[in-house]
Amino acid sequence: MKYGYFPGCSLKGTGRAYEESLLPVLRHLGVELVELEDWNCCGATAYMAVDEGKACALAARNLALAERGGFQQLMAPCSACYLVLNKTQHYLDESPAMRRKVEGALGTVSLKLSRQTPVRHPLDVLLHDVGVEAIRQKVTRPLSGLRVAPYYGCQVVRPYATFDDQANPTSMDQLLKALGAEVVDWPLKTKCCGGSLTGTLPVAGLRLAYLLLKEAKKRGADAIATVCPLCQFNLDAYHDKIAARWEPVRLPTVYFTQLMGLAFGMPAHTLGLQRGFVPLELPAPTAA
Amino acid sequence: MKEIQRTIKYEADRVPGFGREVMSVPGCEKLKDCIQCGTCSGVCPLSIYMDHSPRQVMALVREDFKREVLSSCTIWLCASCYACTVECPQQIRITDIMYELKQRAIQEGFYPKRFPIPVLAQEFNRMVHDHGRISEGRLVTKLFLKTKPLEAAGMAGLGMRLMKTGRFSLKQENIRDRGDLARIMEAMDAPASGGNGKD
Repeated sequence: MKYGYFPGCSLKGTGRAYEESLLPVLRHLGVELVELEDWNCCGATAYMAVDEGKACALAARNLALAERGGFQQLMAPCSACYLVLNKTQHYLDESPAMRRKVEGALGTVSLKLSRQTPVRHPLDVLLHDVGVEAIRQKVTRPLSGLRVAPYYGCQVVRPYATFDDQANPTSMDQLLKALGAEVVDWPLKTKCCGGSLTGTLPVAGLRLAYLLLKEAKKRGADAIATVCPLCQFNLDAYHDKIAARWEPVRLPTVYFTQLMGLAFGMPAHTLGLQRGFVPLELPAPTAA
Repeated sequence: MKEIQRTIKYEADRVPGFGREVMSVPGCEKLKDCIQCGTCSGVCPLSIYMDHSPRQVMALVREDFKREVLSSCTIWLCASCYACTVECPQQIRITDIMYELKQRAIQEGFYPKRFPIPVLAQEFNRMVHDHGRISEGRLVTKLFLKTKPLEAAGMAGLGMRLMKTGRFSLKQENIRDRGDLARIMEAMDAPASGGNGKD
């Protein structure tokens, strides 16, 4: 299994632990990722707010690079990248005038968009291409006794994803169960983490992060598992501010790929676990 | 003392044609089908902070209240979680309409000065435009210095901790073919032949 890999800016910066855990875990499962050569920023939520046409062209350059690289599929682990690349394909399909313009602009540098390159999230690939059974077979250190709240956030399931349910996704639940973890049932799986508002308008943004943490704690979670670098940051980096404003709700938030790596027996430091502010503590293995 | 404000809108406050213009943008057409049910406001995690709820924004756009909509903080509070878009019984792409309104507010200079969200959007775009990639540390530092210089010092602690965990850097990332990206962007600026790109 071979995929083009679109890391996005966060996986090289604040979210580098996501990349550090994703790459070895997928390699361990026989999935080959080849980083897209000279990829550029997807535009995230900010570019679309300023210029729609350029936002499309920006994302489309990456799709054209994937085509030039001969990739049949592109993997985007960051929720914003995943959404924007998918959104751009939908948008170009629906607006022939925009497609003409974007194709013309790409043509000035000899890039073209002649076919669809499916953009997929690692959760989708792990569940549907690799399969839960193959993952279960690789587990050497089951996460028994660890109660995890699976947090999908917004842009992976809405509005373009077809691999899971929009209101009650379960792909990560299945994955975590295969790792031996206990999945905590909580209703905030797809609620917004606050996005970039945690930095720009903390009074509004941090409240959303606080509510997620509070509910996960109330339901007995030991940790939250996330699929997005911004969600991880918002739920991990602002505990001091949240405690000062409301109440302490300390809980580690880790990437689902870090939990996979641990269950596969990989050492924590090779999975970027030392980069989180709230450390993950695994329950002591129970005597058989 | 509290200032007195007129709370009822006059016919003269409307900018005729504004609603039709927004509804002609691809993705925004279905706004005409809005039944004012309020599902969007109900599912929106940020509506509690908005001056006009999403439902009200939909009505205001349709009724041409351009100034009220473009100067409202609602459009900037939208975090693009798409909850309203997937729940809308009329399949109105509310998130995309919010994007369209953000673009117009920036183009026409309607947003409150020093309000950090539109400043972030513009700084973000400048960085992508010039370098092809975002260097998060640089971007956030710029944003704070521009909009909340007094709070920047308060963020230093977080910056230090991020640096300690290898997650913060002021180094600017660049793509190799910056010239290519610039040419693509230039071509997008050029007027389209046979259409305005928004048919």
